[in-house]
Amino acid sequence: MSERFHLWLEHALAETIRRHGEATYPHECCGALLGYDTEVAKADGAAEETRRVASLLPLSNRNGDSPRNRFSVTAEDVRAAEAAARKQNLEVIGWYHSHPDHPAKPSEFDRQHAWPWYSYVIVSVQRGFACEMTSWRLNDDRDGYTPERIEIRQLHTENVTQAGAVS
Amino acid sequence: MAVKVIIPTPLRTFAGKNDSAEFQASTVGEALGHLTSKFGDLRKHLYTDEGKLRSFVNVYVNDEDIRYLAKENTPTKDGDTISIVPSIAGGAGETWVEA
Repeated sequence: MSERFHLWLEHALAETIRRHGEATYPHECCGALLGYDTEVAKADGAAEETRRVASLLPLSNRNGDSPRNRFSVTAEDVRAAEAAARKQNLEVIGWYHSHPDHPAKPSEFDRQHAWPWYSYVIVSVQRGFACEMTSWRLNDDRDGYTPERIEIRQLHTENVTQAGAVS
Repeated sequence: MAVKVIIPTPLRTFAGKNDSAEFQASTVGEALGHLTSKFGDLRKHLYTDEGKLRSFVNVYVNDEDIRYLAKENTPTKDGDTISIVPSIAGGAGETWVEA
């Protein structure tokens, strides 16, 4: 797993994404990640760029044609998400969606439609139950993705757990 | 005629971290041409290899979607604001990408 990108996600927010994916199963769910980029001092004194999710904005999947394996967020919804983020002094830092009965791995369709810079969180929902959760960022050349390590943090504690271990 | 182009957050890193840029342009296409000439790395995120705007790239003049105007030939006037707004899509699909 790459150490280049880190995404901090509170346990309660991770659970919200999982429950959203279960609620819309067998259709895909989607939503906006609101947060900010920050630098965290490492033990060796170096700074590490970390992205933190501060809140979520669950959205309706606007793909009416094939909602079992596609999701879409309209430009109007993106503008609304940006406005909601601004009200909280945050930015839209990425998007989440579910893969019903498919692995939490970006598809070719995901890559083709992705924007750079955003974090793309994917939760796999198998037979109605949320399982693995991953995050990815599109490479600058659009040719592929770089995994982003999700660090699940319990509220008010410094416990850090790999996302895949708490499904 | 100066028009202002608003650059969306995910593309600012390819535009010298600017959130907007101003150009003399009389159409949307001309303004976007200036933008991608000035910041060449933006091109592949806005346009396909065939030179068409990508389907998930939405362009507004003030608050009007250019798809309902004259697309890239939409005329612009001094003081107009052109906004590039992402739409987001994806899904499980059928094939997978190796990181």
